This record gives sequence, C-alpha cells and structure tokens, in this order.
Amino acid sequence: MTSSRAAFAAILGKDLRAELRTLQSLPAMALFSVTTFVIFRFGLDRTSLSGSLAAGVLWATLLFAAVLGINRLFVAEREEGGFDAIRLAPIDRSALFTAKAAALLVYLLALEVIAVPVFALFFLHDLGGLVPLALVLLLADLGLAATGTLISSMAVNSRARDLLVPLVLLPLVVPLMIAATGATEPLLALGGPGYDRFGTWLMVLGLYDLIFGLVGYAVFDFLLED
Amino acid sequence: MPPEQEKAPAEAGGTAIHLAGLRRDYGERTALDGVGLTLAAGDSLVVLGPNGAGKTTLLRILATLLRPSGGEVRVLGCSLPSEAWKLRGRIGYLGHEPLLYRDLSGRENLRFHAKLHGISGAAAEERIAELLGGAGMERRADERVAELSAGMRQRLAICRCVLHEPELLLLDEPDSNLDAEGRELARALIGPGGGHTRVVVTHDPERFLPEADQVLRLGIGETAAVS
Repeated sequence: MTSSRAAFAAILGKDLRAELRTLQSLPAMALFSVTTFVIFRFGLDRTSLSGSLAAGVLWATLLFAAVLGINRLFVAEREEGGFDAIRLAPIDRSALFTAKAAALLVYLLALEVIAVPVFALFFLHDLGGLVPLALVLLLADLGLAATGTLISSMAVNSRARDLLVPLVLLPLVVPLMIAATGATEPLLALGGPGYDRFGTWLMVLGLYDLIFGLVGYAVFDFLLED
Repeated sequence: MPPEQEKAPAEAGGTAIHLAGLRRDYGERTALDGVGLTLAAGDSLVVLGPNGAGKTTLLRILATLLRPSGGEVRVLGCSLPSEAWKLRGRIGYLGHEPLLYRDLSGRENLRFHAKLHGISGAAAEERIAELLGGAGMERRADERVAELSAGMRQRLAICRCVLHEPELLLLDEPDSNLDAEGRELARALIGPGGGHTRVVVTHDPERFLPEADQVLRLGIGETAAVS
C-alpha cells in the first residue's frame, strides 16, 4: 500500500496546482463575497455594523461563497476519471477525503484573506476584534471543509449537484453557523471586542469539527463504491 | 517499482481469471448473465460483442470498479468483491476515459499516478521518461492534456495504464483514436509478450484475434460463448 501521507500529498498537490492554473473556484468565491458585501452595504444603508448583525452578515456571506467552491470540489474527479484512478490505486481511500478537505480549507482561508479585509473596510470602525476572529474563522473553516467535502462527494454524481449541495449542506452547518456567529458577535461589539462566552463557542466549534471530521473519514470509503 | 503489497498467492495452474455464472444487473436490466471462463496467467483474452452486450461492464467488474450481482469472480487469486483491496495496484485499466486531468500536463499526470502507486523520486522520473519515449510523447509531454488530440491522450492513457507494471491489463478498445504509428507504439507497451495477462475488448477482431489465446463472445440476451 502507498502510504496515506504520500497519497494525501499527491492529491492535495494536484488539486492546488490545477486551481492555481485554472482559477475556477477561488476568484468566483472572492467575487461573490465582495459583491454581497456591496449589496449589504447599500441594502442596509449602513456604513458600520456591530454585534450580531455584523457577525450574521460576515458568516452568511462566507458560507454562501464557500458553497460555490464546495460545488466544484469533485468535478474533476467525476468528469476526468479521477475517482476510477484513485479506486484502482493501492491507497487508503480516506486519503482522498482528507486531501479534498485540506484543499477546501486552503480555498476558504484564501477567500477570507480577501473577504475579511473588505468586510472590515466596508463595515468596521474598530479592528481590534479581527485578531481573535482569525481563530474563529479557522475552527469554522475546519468544520465547513469536513462537512462540505462529505456532501460534495455525495452530490457529485447527481445532475442536480448545484441544487443538492446547498439543500443538504445548509441544514447540516446550522450548528456550525450558530457557534461561529456566537463567537464572532462579542468580537465585533460596539465599543470594542468582548469575550462573553467566547471560549464556550470555540469549544462547540471544535466539537463540531471533531464529529464531522470523524464521520467523513469513517464513511468516505463507502461513498466511493459503485 | 511499486512497493511490496499483500498479494494473494497464484492459483493452482497459474490461473489469472476464473469466472463462473457471472451476472451483473443495472436495476431491472441484466447486462451480463452466466458468463464463465478460465484464463491462464500470461494469456490474452479477446472480448467481442455488439454495443450494449456488456463488454465494458465485464472489464469494470474485473477492474474492481463494479460489483458483480451474482456468480463467482476470481482475479489474480482474489475473490471479488470481498478481496478487491488486494488487487489494487496490480491491474492496469485502460477504459473509454483516459483517466487524465485536463488541466495538468501529461508528465504531471503521470507523476501524480506514480505517486498514487508508491513510485516516487528518480525511479518515477526514469519510468515516466521511458514510457513517454516508448509512446512517442516526449515532445508533447509538458503540454496540458486539454490541448492534446484524442490520439495523444490515448498514448498518455496507455503510459498511465502500464506505469506501475501491472500483472493484468484490462484494455477497452486500446487502439481507439490511434494512428498507424500510435498503434505500433501501443503494441510495444501493451501488446502480447510483455509478460502481462491481457483482456482486450474490441470491435476490431481482425487486429486482435491473432493475438488471442481465448475469445469471449458476448451477445445481447444470449449466453456468452468462449472459444
């Protein structure tokens, strides 16, 4: 058997190389998020946001931008025979799950490098909450990457893939979004960042990551069967 | 060379493939029914039949990409589907799709497949260079697959198929899209005499029957015939 680490590195490297070359997912995700912030800015007619409204705008935008990337995560595997190639190779198939989740995590982090400064520019007067926000983003991204990879692999063989991913994914990430917005709300509070129940929400995010990471790892092998 | 993996011992008499009463259904439709044969290691089996007779289905079952609905299937000493994991890395599969990523170059694709099969570093580069040379693809190897003609993609797919030096080659229309030169080069890589056991699905019996040790004729709604 090829080691799982070698297979993980090969699949992740292939995905990132292909994305850098074609820019099929990231620019669309970034453009979507920036456009949505513009719409919120003029739709709400507000030059600053704080507390729960700021957290809601940020996370709703990031989540829907993530769906664009999740939709495309396995398209090359489906359309170019990657699933067959991986099923024929002497590798642990869960390496495909971990590599795809890692690729999605990289996309989400890259998206946030663009989207969060734009959000701050449009809506925030106090930037003090952005440093601890990075931890919330990382933990929420881990959960979104695990859940998104699982759902994307299930939906990729369906012709209604674009419809199926949001329909199945969004209910599953409700707990993740509740925890992410709960942790973000005090960080973006009017008058500067606070840490009310911040630790509790971080633990909820960590628990979600653990559960969906383990579920994805455990069931992914069966999803690749004919 | 691929790393050592757990291999099933060769069956008595050096049998590579043994099928008995193989059946495969797609919902209500039966694609294969009652297929039986025994193929010795190192021999070539040519599979003939009209479109829809189940030739590709048979090949995908042997490749462990489809589960049989019934019957007995043993490949390289492994019972399918229960021991499919033991066969991974021992089969070279050339299907209708080249299993190559369009946005990567031919060389990058081969490096990716080499890594999946545990071949890395200088050994991988040496093997890839040897295959690209053998397929007449050295000068086009660094172009994206999307920019190559169908014939060039088929040559790369053949390189991918034999990259890990498999024991069993499963070839679905291996000459498709190849010109005369490509067919000759392909013959050197996947033709008889390479020490492989081969199963070749073809619509071109004149070309492949002279190489066949056995012929399996599949018909729609008919019992498969072995000769």
